[in-house]
Amino acid sequence: MDSIISIKDLSKVYDNGFQALKGINLEIERGEILALLGPNGAGKTTLISVITGIVSASSGSVTVDGHDNVKSYRQARQLIGLVPQELTLSSFETVWNTVRFTRGLYGANTDNAYLEQLLKDLSLWDKKDNQLRMLSGGMKRRVLIAKALSHAPRILFLDEPTAGVDVELRKDMWAMIGNLRESGVTIILTTHYIEEAEDIADRIGVINDGEILLIEDKAELMQKLGKKQLIIELKEPANAIPSSLVGLDVSLSNDGMVLTYTFDATANATGITKLLNLLSESGLQLKDLQTTQSSLEDIFVDLVHKDSELTPSAKA
Amino acid sequence: MNFSAIKVIYRAEMMRAINTLFQTLASPVISTSLYFVVFGSAIGSRIQTIDGVSYGLFIVPGLTMLTILTQSISNASFGIFFPKFNGTIYEILSAPLSFFEALLGYVGAAATKSFVIGCVILITASLFVDLQIQHPVWMVSFLILTCISFSLFGFIIGLWADSFEKLQIVPILVITPLVFLGGSFYSINMLPPFWQTVSLFNPVVYLVSGFRWSFFEVSDVNVWTSLTMIFVFLALCLIVVSWMFKTGYKLKE
Repeated sequence: MDSIISIKDLSKVYDNGFQALKGINLEIERGEILALLGPNGAGKTTLISVITGIVSASSGSVTVDGHDNVKSYRQARQLIGLVPQELTLSSFETVWNTVRFTRGLYGANTDNAYLEQLLKDLSLWDKKDNQLRMLSGGMKRRVLIAKALSHAPRILFLDEPTAGVDVELRKDMWAMIGNLRESGVTIILTTHYIEEAEDIADRIGVINDGEILLIEDKAELMQKLGKKQLIIELKEPANAIPSSLVGLDVSLSNDGMVLTYTFDATANATGITKLLNLLSESGLQLKDLQTTQSSLEDIFVDLVHKDSELTPSAKA
Repeated sequence: MNFSAIKVIYRAEMMRAINTLFQTLASPVISTSLYFVVFGSAIGSRIQTIDGVSYGLFIVPGLTMLTILTQSISNASFGIFFPKFNGTIYEILSAPLSFFEALLGYVGAAATKSFVIGCVILITASLFVDLQIQHPVWMVSFLILTCISFSLFGFIIGLWADSFEKLQIVPILVITPLVFLGGSFYSINMLPPFWQTVSLFNPVVYLVSGFRWSFFEVSDVNVWTSLTMIFVFLALCLIVVSWMFKTGYKLKE
């Protein structure tokens, strides 16, 4: 695996004693889109802050394309662009000046043509002389993205990019992230919108309580953890689950018209043939059959829920 | 060395002042003029000369110091406090630049602004009194050193402060009394012996005295002592700043 960011045994204990990260190990692959999912206070932002140098780690190490992010911070940070979660902008600055400022901080030469194209891509060009306080929330978000991309980074961190963003901007953002990935940029985004991760990520990591619960290829994850359900619609309502089906994972809807069978899609024997045989023996008439797969949201809720049960300490 | 970063921070800080040029310059010009009307003309006309210098003239160096000390501190402390306050400090922290480079940008800009204001005050003063500078090189050196030292001090306050109240408390409770009691408007030789001794513990006495010497060759303490004291203060600020740099004090958790 060709990893661009390598995180080893990373822990962070804040001054107030709160342990935000507990021995994180993570390899981020070059060119991938990695979505970090987790509830509020799970440690997503702390993780990003440590990688980008805003917060110091208590222990452990981070290397960015082979550069230690503390010892060789200049080389490491040069590769990174960060879009923070909060809309933090200095109110009286203009769009154009603030983007040029960020580019300058990264030591990049003035390249007005690049910045002009960047602002056009983000539909900000006609607002370039506006003061930042005059912009709407969505526009401010675009400005933050423009700033993060102003020095053409190879790695882009987006911390909850779509929090409080309208549908149009969200679509634009997906398109932009897609284009960036095609140009070889590695993208790490945190979110608690599961659809977001499901739509665009290559891999998904789930963080809870400062620990990575899993990190997996999205498709494999869905397959591995995905429960499948066979929905059986009946022609006539059944009064109860036929006695021959008792003991299988079958439930009957209140109106008696639908039987639902839950099975593990990855198991050798799903039990579907047996179920259908038993059904036909029971004399029930079938109207329709369909299967559904649990969404990432179900998987996520399930994981975090289990984790909370295992460690009943108060979750932040 | 990331010169580009130093340049953009310096420029952004300077732009803040240039965009509000009227406020930046009007306030020192107006307050200086008022001091001259009140102390120089109205009251000063009834005060005899001090060490052979007319009172209106005598207060020029002190008045300049009073303004550049407060301006240096407020410029530099606001400069670094605001990014902390509104959150934009994340950019400085995650950019490939060292603490020292950020410091050069912020303190350099604050010191430049103070220096310009100092010059504007002297020009304003020359409209009221016949200003003659005996040792211009010394005068400019004192001015520059004071601007840099107190901008550094302001930067430290800006880093330390985590509320607007704290940001204001040092200038109001410490600097203003020190400047007023530091011989800005009088010679400390005019005080009773006990208070003269107490005054020698006030660092501003050395600044004002040295600065005044460069104008009139009149001073409360030896000019070399004054220069040494400025360097001591500068060194102290540098020590505190480098400690902050090492520990990431109030910037990095």
